[in-house]
Amino acid sequence: MTDNQLTDNKLTNIAAVELLASCQQLKNDGYHIMQICAVRTTGGYELTYSFGLDYAMVNLRMIISTDEEVMSISSIFSPAFLYENEIRELFGVQIQRINVDYKGNLYRIAVKTPFKD
Amino acid sequence: MSVRSIVPFGPQHPVLPEPIHLDLVLEDERVVEAIPSIGFIHRGLEKLVEKKDFVEYVYVAERVCGICSFMHGMGYCEAIEHTMGIEVPERAKYLRTIWSEMSRIHSHMMWLGLLADGFGFESLFMESWRMREKILDMFEYSTGGRVIFSVNKIGGQRKDMPDDMIADFVGILDGMEKEIRSLSHTFLNDYAVKSRLEGVGFLTKQQAHDLGAVGPFMRASGIALDTRKTGYAAYAHLEFEPIISTVGDSYARTDVRIREIFQSIDLIRQAAAKIPAGDVAVPFKGNPTGEYLMRVEQPRGEAIYYVKGNGTKNLDRFRLRTPTFANIPGLVETLKGCQLADVPILILTIDPCISCTER
Amino acid sequence: MSIISFSRTVLHNLFSKPATRNYPQVPREYPLRTRGQIGIDIDSCIFCGICQKKCPTGAIAVVRETKNWSINRFGCIQCGECVGVCPKKCLTMLQTYAESNATKTRENFTQIMKAAPGEPPKTAASETQNTALTADTTKE
Repeated sequence: MTDNQLTDNKLTNIAAVELLASCQQLKNDGYHIMQICAVRTTGGYELTYSFGLDYAMVNLRMIISTDEEVMSISSIFSPAFLYENEIRELFGVQIQRINVDYKGNLYRIAVKTPFKD
Repeated sequence: MSVRSIVPFGPQHPVLPEPIHLDLVLEDERVVEAIPSIGFIHRGLEKLVEKKDFVEYVYVAERVCGICSFMHGMGYCEAIEHTMGIEVPERAKYLRTIWSEMSRIHSHMMWLGLLADGFGFESLFMESWRMREKILDMFEYSTGGRVIFSVNKIGGQRKDMPDDMIADFVGILDGMEKEIRSLSHTFLNDYAVKSRLEGVGFLTKQQAHDLGAVGPFMRASGIALDTRKTGYAAYAHLEFEPIISTVGDSYARTDVRIREIFQSIDLIRQAAAKIPAGDVAVPFKGNPTGEYLMRVEQPRGEAIYYVKGNGTKNLDRFRLRTPTFANIPGLVETLKGCQLADVPILILTIDPCISCTER
Repeated sequence: MSIISFSRTVLHNLFSKPATRNYPQVPREYPLRTRGQIGIDIDSCIFCGICQKKCPTGAIAVVRETKNWSINRFGCIQCGECVGVCPKKCLTMLQTYAESNATKTRENFTQIMKAAPGEPPKTAASETQNTALTADTTKE
């Protein structure tokens, strides 16, 4: 993997169990959520959470298997609900306890989880 | 005793310019809560990376949206250039800056017209769009298209602007600046316009930060951040400061966008004075590997382009986080407590671009 | 706070000529770089097929055996890639836009082989046909 640095970008790999604790720490430091991105890999997904404070950006990367359940971070960062609903609908990642849950009706597409294959 | 009712608003509505749907919970005429709903024009453009190779994908990326089209192509190209380590010539960087700022002026003029149409002032709407026609003519002279330009490619630009063309453009912009000043006098000082915009839709600085608002929507609440200061393209050589207002209502957002138009004209003058001679593109070989996150300041806010390559000619993933996607939670917050008649104006003040949001 | 700040503009507009062109009585003049549609000089074409490979939408189809070059006007996005890669420079970007139509058709160009002096000219091509879009996409 090549370097993906602007001068103040950082990427940290975390395990799925550390997600909520890391997010709470970032929230206490004053970061806000910028995006959540999912990439389909063989055997699972790679989720990248990006947070920002002023011009700096911090990225957390989590590798999960196809049916693993992930806890939502919308209890800590409330605008995350849009990103998590989109990932659940397009990729089929099992994200639980989103604060505003569209239950698969955000994009209302005809094919279920089209990005999964 | 107040009556609670739920009114669905959109996606087709005479005053709404974008296909967004809101379920408004009302008590008498005051909005208590709003639930947004998108998904009417989802095209699945991100899945096309599997079919189009990374060189052809520029044409898909720039068709995500018609207003922000140039910067989508530019952001995608810059992300791929960073993964492959391609260094774009200086002249191409300045050309990208000039075209980006022209896109910004055109987008803000369009927004001013739509805002005037939103509160019923049609002659002001037509005046704004008449001035915008000059920018569209400038685009047609230089790139060949009014909406989709197709001038970005990986490694630089496909067309050059000769120096006399740039000098002509600066002259046209000088004339436009006077006209826009007299137009902005009406937007900012007219009694009817002020009574619709002032005191409506407050968003405090803390709320703007927590909800992740971006762009002029965030800068009108007092946060002084502008992604152009991170120095992509030729912005590192130009002097400017982020434009902010501390009030946080719709009038402040209008004021910020009008001042950004004048700032863009000034940036184009600075870039036209400093542009060096040289090539506009470099050839390259190979396929992208690795990943990169590129941040670009679109007229509506900050857009993030994530690109992941695996060494073949098809990318693994392209993800575009658009500014309107980040502003929707902020929109829902500003709607609480406003009157029903103010809802279209508040939706317009975030400058929605649902075509970008849904891709 | 001004109440009738716009009135000066209104009066000015009332007594000046309209800002719009009276199209189609007054024709539109397109600038030099306008990307309207692709034109071909069929006699210089060598049917190498590079334009077909480069086209992002698959709008161009080249058949070497029958010396046929066809373009689906409704699939073409006027990007200009084919113009740039043609080795014989027989493709140009014209300034007029393609005409609108009720059905999506392909436009065919066929090269007629020149005869030796004294003999009648022989055509290598078959009839041109309008075919529907789905049958002709060669690139997925």
